[in-house]
Amino acid sequence: MDRLPIRTLGDAYTGLEPVGAATMDNIRTLIVDDSSVMRKIVERSLRQAGLGIAEVWEAGNGAEALASVQEHPVDLILCDINMPVMDGLEFVKQLGGVANAKGVPVVMITTEGSEGHVVQALSAGARGYIRKPFTPDQVKEHVLPVLAGKP
Amino acid sequence: MNTFRAMQAQGAGHDFWLPTLRLAAKEVFDLMLASGLEDAPESLPDKKLEVTSMVGLAGGLSGILSIRCSTKSAVRMASRMLGADSDKPGPEVWDAVGEVCNMVAGNFKNKITGLGDGCTLSVPTVITGADYERRTMAVDEISVTLMFEAEPLVLSLEVQS
Repeated sequence: MDRLPIRTLGDAYTGLEPVGAATMDNIRTLIVDDSSVMRKIVERSLRQAGLGIAEVWEAGNGAEALASVQEHPVDLILCDINMPVMDGLEFVKQLGGVANAKGVPVVMITTEGSEGHVVQALSAGARGYIRKPFTPDQVKEHVLPVLAGKP
Repeated sequence: MNTFRAMQAQGAGHDFWLPTLRLAAKEVFDLMLASGLEDAPESLPDKKLEVTSMVGLAGGLSGILSIRCSTKSAVRMASRMLGADSDKPGPEVWDAVGEVCNMVAGNFKNKITGLGDGCTLSVPTVITGADYERRTMAVDEISVTLMFEAEPLVLSLEVQS
């Protein structure tokens, strides 16, 4: 998948093109949450965090999200855990098998805040973890390093 | 023994659960609605609380966490969350109040040491209308009334054995 030029916090990272500013542009994003209100809040928080969101796709559960990424390539996925049909952890596990989604970072954004859930999510392949309730600053703090390819 | 019973046995009564529940709710309203929850005055305005959002808890703590409020409050919650004026109730408003309840329940259980992994949350349910009776297997109930923009909001945790 062709990567969009992404500005990083300053440190170059293999696979991403650093352009040296603290904002990022043209990020294609998939937001996965069974609440349409929460999907809007997450999108607004990304924009308030100063991230250049080019396109936003939405899905109401993991199964819809898997179908979406096969049709619409994205650079970033923010995903809830507790959802009907397919939860966020199962989605992250299955995402590894989607050809055009390999390497796309997933940040969980969820009410589940225990260490066990964090470990499960990171083990499944998630790159970041945000607990609800959250602020735009917290979204920025967790998403920027993930987009910059930092652990 | 479940977490609730174990903590009760260690002396954690309503004086522990109630402030924890209140704090969990206040944090959600502060961060997600940019609106504080205030303690209720002794004399409450007479308001019909015809919107109930509920989230089930199962595992170490089993029961139901619910938030009851007026339709006006529900609409205001949605407006606050979306940063746009909503003027009438509808699916987006019910979605918003359900999500508020979900976040309060999650934030609450995250504050109880050792409970997080052993307690799962259901997806939220929202009931409209005040003329109903709810019958549960609850053996204990912790309830507090808080004020959201001058309107009462009742937060309850019904605990099952």
